[in-house]
Amino acid sequence: MGSVWKMVAHRLGLGLLTMFVISILIFGAIELLPGDLAEEILGQSATPETVAAFRKEIGLDKPPVTRYVEWLGNVVQGNLGRSLANGREISELIGSRLPNTLFLALYATVLAVPIALTLGILAALYRNTLFDRLINITTLTSISFPEFFLAYLLIFFLAQTGLFPSMSNIGPKMGLSGKIYNTFLPALTLTFVVTAHMMRMTRAAIVNLLASPYIEMAKLKGVSPLWVIVRHALPNAFAPIINVVALNLAYLITGVVVVEVVFVYPGLGQLMVDSVSKRDITVVQAVSLIFACAYILLNLTADVLSTLSNPRLIHKR
Amino acid sequence: MKIIKSLRTAPPTAWFGFVVVTIYLIVAIFAPLIAPYGEREIVGDEYVAWDSQFIFGTDALGRDMFTRLVFGARNTVGIAFVTTVLAFVVGAVFGLLAAVVGGWLDQLLSRTVDVLMAIPSLIFKLLLLTIFGTSVVNMVLIIALIDSTRVYRLARSVAMNIVVMDYIEAARLRGERLPRLIIREILPNAMAPLVAEFGLRFCFVFLAISALSFLGLGIQPPTADWGSMVRENASLISFGDITPLLPAAAIALLTVAVNFIVDWMLHRASGLKD
Repeated sequence: MGSVWKMVAHRLGLGLLTMFVISILIFGAIELLPGDLAEEILGQSATPETVAAFRKEIGLDKPPVTRYVEWLGNVVQGNLGRSLANGREISELIGSRLPNTLFLALYATVLAVPIALTLGILAALYRNTLFDRLINITTLTSISFPEFFLAYLLIFFLAQTGLFPSMSNIGPKMGLSGKIYNTFLPALTLTFVVTAHMMRMTRAAIVNLLASPYIEMAKLKGVSPLWVIVRHALPNAFAPIINVVALNLAYLITGVVVVEVVFVYPGLGQLMVDSVSKRDITVVQAVSLIFACAYILLNLTADVLSTLSNPRLIHKR
Repeated sequence: MKIIKSLRTAPPTAWFGFVVVTIYLIVAIFAPLIAPYGEREIVGDEYVAWDSQFIFGTDALGRDMFTRLVFGARNTVGIAFVTTVLAFVVGAVFGLLAAVVGGWLDQLLSRTVDVLMAIPSLIFKLLLLTIFGTSVVNMVLIIALIDSTRVYRLARSVAMNIVVMDYIEAARLRGERLPRLIIREILPNAMAPLVAEFGLRFCFVFLAISALSFLGLGIQPPTADWGSMVRENASLISFGDITPLLPAAAIALLTVAVNFIVDWMLHRASGLKD
């Protein structure tokens, strides 16, 4: 039992280290600018005095290491600083949007995972039939579609007829059922995007195992094909499946950016895109940090879960 | 000859892919001959419906949709291609070098790549675009840099398996220098997976550029580009007009086609027979 927890602790430690390095990267990226942030934002026409004053205001007169330590200390305490564009507290800007983005990602997950697993198992069961080939072509196609194409296709076919709203207005006072109805199209778009990949990996993981001798044994003793897959192959395919599910959830995090813009959904992605075009660097840094941390956390969870799903690692001799 | 022979056995999906890619290439190369109007020319009223004069109608400024679609093939695909080549050259050169030289160079490059890959790529691209400002050149360089990390990973792992082979040992003992070792000995055996990766990478880069342009952060108007064309005309969709879907469909069709080709190539390279 001890060794597996040591492994988990090791992974967690690595994850923390990665987050630390990433915070340096996200903070330090500004230092790559040929001039500095103040010159870049104020433009060429600014007088030296304004530049100096602005530098002082955003703390650019201190050395980078001091600034980084101060910034990290504040971030850990939940104080993300102020927006360069409108001077508002970033934590206030993010506060209302983060739950919205998480809701959308969760919604898509709840839709996508069962669909992907079922289709994956069915494709493995009926492999090399017309059904399998059809699913293969459809998923390959939907992987290659840009997200906004899928989104507009759904708007055209489902919102046009008035079935679902094409703009996801959601407010804090709205009930859960209203939220689910209003965000159905963005969630469905994301579902399409991630299901394809998850399903293909599920199929591949299962088909890989079907050549093993123990599967042949199960077949020979007369177990039905569905039961062979569900009872015998699936448990051993869990590790890769968990991995690909987590990877796709991590993908959802970046996928939401485009989808949120299409459906005018008040989430983090929309905020990020707006801030990029305004070059509001402090906001972009904060949002990138949140996205990057969520990404690392998901990968970490996948790592730990797939380790725990492997009995050979848990009961090591 | 070998290619033609294997093409004969290619599945219909791969054939479809080749035909589509060829059509796109022809359209991109002969864009000015095919398009009825100039790329930025305002030829009529705003949002004219589809008719015999303007096959797909006009856009928000009264430019011919069909013309802009044709020029989009040149601009969007061209920029995506250049970016992919850049990402590929950087990633492959460093990946092969890391595998052949090994030691501290490998450690340094690999750890740097690990860090760069730990941030979701779209988020990282947006962060860098904010810092350096949004322009086509910046976008190309940023996407090339970030995608080269993925190419590096693949090139290194492929080359790693080749470097340990006996004939490389022999080549080293014969005194072959590094460039020759990489180009003449390793590259030919690493070609198949690298070519497939090139196709896949092109799809990713192409989709990334389209997404950024769609968000208004990539290729800027008045250049005809499929991503920004979707954005500019998106409001038409709520009136039941499918015109804005055309550029999006053009993007989708090309990625599907390339994916079909890559799928077939990977299938062939892995030696699987069905």
